[in-house]
Amino acid sequence: MAQLGSLTEVSGTGTAGPAAGPAATPARRRVGWRTVPLVVFVTAVLLSVTRVITGANDLTSSGSAGAALRLAVPILLAGLAGLWAERAGVVNIGLEGMMVLGTWSGAYVALDHGPWAGVLAGILGGALGGLLHAVATVTFGVDHIVSGVALNLLGPGVARFLSALVFTGRQGGGVTQSPQVRQPPTFTVPGLSSGLLSLEKHHWFGVSDVAGILGGLVTGTSWVTLMALLLVPFSFVVLWWTPFGLRLRSCGENPYAAESLGVNVYLYKYLAVICSGGFAGLAGAFLSLVASNYYREDQTGGRGFIGLAAMIFGNWRPGGLAAGAGLFGYADALQLRQGETSVHALLLGFGLALVLFAGSLFARRQRAVGGVAAVLALGVLALYQFTDTIPQQFTTATPYVTTLLVLTLASQRLRMPAADGHVYRKGTAR
Amino acid sequence: MAGLTARLDPWRIGLALAAPLAALVFSVALMSVVLLIAGHSPALAFGQMADFGTQPGSVVQILDKSAGYYLSALAVAIGFRMNLFNIGVDGQYRMAAMCAAVVGAAVTLPPVLHVGLIILVAVVVGALWAGIAGVLKVTRGVSEVISTIMLNFVGGSIVAWMLTPEVFAVLQGNNVTTRPIPASGQVPGIPFLGGTVYGFIVIAALVGVGYWFLLGYTRFGFDLRATGLSEPAAVASGVAVRRMVLSSMLLSGGVAGLVGLPQLLGASYAYSLDFPAGIGFTGIAIALLGRNHPIGVALASVLWGFLDVSNQILDLNDIPKEIVTIMQGTIVLAVVIAYEVVRRVAVAQERRRVAARLGDDGPAGSGGPGPVESAAVA
Amino acid sequence: MSQQAAASGPAGASSTTAVDDVPAVRLEGITKRFPGVVANRDVTLTVRKGTVHAVVGENGAGKSTLMKILYGMQRPDEGVIEVDGRPVSFHRPSDAIKAGIGMVHQHFKLADNLTVLENVVLGDEPAQFGVLSRRVARQRIREISDRYGLDVDPDPLVEDLGVGERQRVEILKVLYRGARTLILDEPTAVLVPQEVAELFGALEELTREGLTVIFISHKLDEVLQVADEITVMRRGTTVTSVLPAEVTSRQLAELMVGSQLPSPATGESTVTDRVVLEVAGLAVRDREGRAVVDDVSFVIHAGEVLGVAGVEGNGQAELIDAIMGIRPAAGTVRLDGVDVTGRTTRRRREAGIGFVPEDRIRQGLLLDSPLWENRVLGHQTVAPNERRGLIDRRSARADTERIVREYDVRTPSIDVTASALSGGNQQKLIVGREMSGDPRLLLAAHPTRGVDVGAQAAIWDHLRRARADGLAVLLISADLDELIGLSDSLKVILRGRFVSDADPATVTPEELGSAMTGAAPSTDGPSTDGPSSAGAGPGPAEAQSAGAATSAEGER
Repeated sequence: MAQLGSLTEVSGTGTAGPAAGPAATPARRRVGWRTVPLVVFVTAVLLSVTRVITGANDLTSSGSAGAALRLAVPILLAGLAGLWAERAGVVNIGLEGMMVLGTWSGAYVALDHGPWAGVLAGILGGALGGLLHAVATVTFGVDHIVSGVALNLLGPGVARFLSALVFTGRQGGGVTQSPQVRQPPTFTVPGLSSGLLSLEKHHWFGVSDVAGILGGLVTGTSWVTLMALLLVPFSFVVLWWTPFGLRLRSCGENPYAAESLGVNVYLYKYLAVICSGGFAGLAGAFLSLVASNYYREDQTGGRGFIGLAAMIFGNWRPGGLAAGAGLFGYADALQLRQGETSVHALLLGFGLALVLFAGSLFARRQRAVGGVAAVLALGVLALYQFTDTIPQQFTTATPYVTTLLVLTLASQRLRMPAADGHVYRKGTAR
Repeated sequence: MAGLTARLDPWRIGLALAAPLAALVFSVALMSVVLLIAGHSPALAFGQMADFGTQPGSVVQILDKSAGYYLSALAVAIGFRMNLFNIGVDGQYRMAAMCAAVVGAAVTLPPVLHVGLIILVAVVVGALWAGIAGVLKVTRGVSEVISTIMLNFVGGSIVAWMLTPEVFAVLQGNNVTTRPIPASGQVPGIPFLGGTVYGFIVIAALVGVGYWFLLGYTRFGFDLRATGLSEPAAVASGVAVRRMVLSSMLLSGGVAGLVGLPQLLGASYAYSLDFPAGIGFTGIAIALLGRNHPIGVALASVLWGFLDVSNQILDLNDIPKEIVTIMQGTIVLAVVIAYEVVRRVAVAQERRRVAARLGDDGPAGSGGPGPVESAAVA
Repeated sequence: MSQQAAASGPAGASSTTAVDDVPAVRLEGITKRFPGVVANRDVTLTVRKGTVHAVVGENGAGKSTLMKILYGMQRPDEGVIEVDGRPVSFHRPSDAIKAGIGMVHQHFKLADNLTVLENVVLGDEPAQFGVLSRRVARQRIREISDRYGLDVDPDPLVEDLGVGERQRVEILKVLYRGARTLILDEPTAVLVPQEVAELFGALEELTREGLTVIFISHKLDEVLQVADEITVMRRGTTVTSVLPAEVTSRQLAELMVGSQLPSPATGESTVTDRVVLEVAGLAVRDREGRAVVDDVSFVIHAGEVLGVAGVEGNGQAELIDAIMGIRPAAGTVRLDGVDVTGRTTRRRREAGIGFVPEDRIRQGLLLDSPLWENRVLGHQTVAPNERRGLIDRRSARADTERIVREYDVRTPSIDVTASALSGGNQQKLIVGREMSGDPRLLLAAHPTRGVDVGAQAAIWDHLRRARADGLAVLLISADLDELIGLSDSLKVILRGRFVSDADPATVTPEELGSAMTGAAPSTDGPSTDGPSSAGAGPGPAEAQSAGAATSAEGER
């Protein structure tokens, strides 16, 4: 199947999904470890330059960084949830529904049993949603998108019904929200935090920027946040370094190959989707327990989808996904801190980044895409030049527009798991 | 699968109805258990809902609601028939309704023309918004699932921006709303059971007829369905798949553009903060439940409307009416599973029936172990 | 070839008993029934250790079923399997693997986006403290690779490998799991000649190390070249076992088909001088920009069947796609003197091109749709299926009834879905459909592949009749007898180019076979490793000269 695909596949359709973009360059390598520091460095420089030019200090303030982190964590966790499922070949657009289950069960259990029990319950609640998705998609072979949509309908319904059952009548509770709960503890790194924060106040080029960002990350941070961040390397190690992870990924790349070597594909898909639900549930619990201190209807606000966007942005890899979550969280945070000016200032940085990207495309002789990028860059810079503020409504669209841009401009560099979204049935290999 | 074109074969019809009925029974049973656990009487709850939901006033409400649901489900179904997932109906109809409201309030025209213009604007805006996903898919191979989801949110942002006093809206108390569409641009209601239902229901029904005719009887519809069933086969048969993707996306978006109009032209006459959202996702559920069949989808829309309306009675009996939202979710999940199971059963049954009818004349008699090997070759 | 023992082995007997050793694999009385079909009947096979044992037979002779039984994918209804003299019972492939039997599938089972190492160790990973030990894995892969001369690098992604390398990875996968007996299912189907030579070199290396190879094939020249012993299967059972030195490929072919040699002979020539299809300078490039069809030019006349012979994957599929307008291509295509180069697939079909695709399940049918809708497919825009933009159900259905009748499609009704029909009946429906509306040109790719004997004969009949009525046919087939029997002229395609012509009246399958592998002296230059030592001797020269003698119209 694998090798024949290229011969028998009818060309001229080009509609097979994100990975099927026209492969102009044979070299379709993933971003290597060496480019990560480069990307971080370039980003930092761009931000510093932008701050100095525009005077929008909140671009790199500790407050923005702290807010960005808080806003990025649920996106990050949702992205990891998507990663686990899709690496095993199951598309999970039901993340949103699973997150809702996580927000509710987290808050409910935290009410009487404390925040940590709540976090655990959130994970379990989401995992239950994952189990449902697995039953539908793996056992019954239902289309993954269809099942995901159904879960997104079911999750909020269940949460609403259960709220009516258990929250109404308690103080501050009702059909749409829970009473207040206690939050999990936070930490501030002594010494480091205050040092960085004082450095930040000088507004030195580069130094203060970095200090501000780092300072924000080590001040008043929740332990759950730390846990979430650690889940990124954890996922990487488990998925890429262990036999378990190799088997799981093989189910997403070519389940029939895995099957022929005795891997129980159903089992691994089940485990992956349940874990995926667990991550989504944790993302939900973070929202109801850390980002706020009660469950509220619509608390997830589409973050499940932003998580998916971050995962695609990160090319189905944990590191890239974390970068995407960081970016989207940052865009969210700026909006809270001097929103309209900060985001407007960010336009300059974004425009410059696009210029760099277009240049690199031209250097690699991808003139068509490079041209599109250049035109976009000019558009963004013109927008910066001729406006003073960006309406807050448009800032909320950042993750979605970014994802569309990434898919449009870089689709041939994206590499989703080969059998992602395909319904697998045991013993039907050819 | 071949729902639209299957002949009236009692066996097939039985199979087609088995899945939704099984799903309905399953979810009712599950709800009964949940109600019992929560200490309520299922018989009372469902009895009350049936009583309340069939009262004239409720029926009018149900029909009103189902008009939008029906259009939304048809928009989704057009994509489904072609194996395209238009998850973006939600964004498309909100963009369309917003633009239609703004344009409709800004012009003055004779009655029919005015309504026609509003409908035209809605259809065009919906189609264009969906068309973005179509173009991205055709030119850059971007999955329409992801792009339509993203476009939902982008559309939501644009609508929110348009709905600010600085742009198109006015403040009314603590509601923000566009200016009202004058009477010439409104669609009068139809008297029914002592109330009035949206006049737009007629247009929704016409769209349903058009969908049925287009897919089942035209060449275009055949091409569309063929592409959905097997893209390589469609290509070999001469279907220009890229053009097909784009046109069905535009078509789906155009129908999606109509989703908000029953409400806009029949009741609210303006787009405001409380304009109904989420009908696009409901449409996906209804299209799944109605199996993309124009009549099935109509029945599913009415069922959905019934559940939406009749649950209001439950609160009076101290039963949380939210039980209905779970029921809706369960129905969808159960029905997709049931359809898949039924499909497998049907395929196996048909093979057996064909083999049985052919008896010894079948492939078995011709000496070689052909069929087995051919399965392996395939 | 590899062991001198072969010379002293008993000859020609159906049950070969080893003199000095227990056989690696012995099958006795294996029978496997599927509903309505006996796929294997009383199969007996003895494979001696350290040999390459070929199992040959036509498509549908039951080879694949037998190998699935031996690899634990199917369970036999009757019979005994012995491995190393011990009776075994396999429930699943992992049982077979434990017993030292490995399978290299015809369709590779590799994950493109994983590295060679990951593909090899999957399911049997060396680990330390729960972490996959790439170091150990790499070392083991290198060891095996060196020992058997497989030349496999553990680190690149599989997607970057060529077909031959992928096959060696598959072999290494099997060896990694400790297999002592390897089943290779049609391993050369997708290989170019140099890769075939490399594969045979590797097999020699394996047997030298004492491993056993079971080689499934229907390509006689290859089998004669590589095998130490050959077992012939026909109609689900083993017919005989022979030594390659004792048979010619002609004899082997007769053993394969039995007394009833297929006779797709066309009889009198019906070739006219009216040109129907004229292709000039046709070129198709793949995604990497390599030419998969390279400057191909030819003509087909009314009443002529032009056969294209070639190892699969040498550009046949792309050639057909280009003529159909499915794939973008350079060059011109003229139909009945009209340039159709710029036209879409649909316009070309309307101009009178019929198309029997290679893969009927994917390209030829809507499996979930009723038969009458499948009759409409591909002819949506012409009578009797369409009238003024609408599908004319009544006449489409009536015409489907006609096809079912005339082409003997066995079905209870035209309302059952296509998936319910057997392969042969599906194919008859497709042929009937594509012959409808009096096409001027038919592109037929493997028109009888995977269909039963009865349907095959029927399809041949229909092709002959249409040809007599003036149809031009471009025939692509892996069945050389079919090609030779049906064609008025033959061309051999190799790496996307037409490299030689042959006269179907005089050429033999063996000659054609060697021309296909590039062994024939041709314009493209032969590969260095022709199967000249095997029984395919005088082929190339004859094919070449024969080609010069016939149907000179199409030449450049």
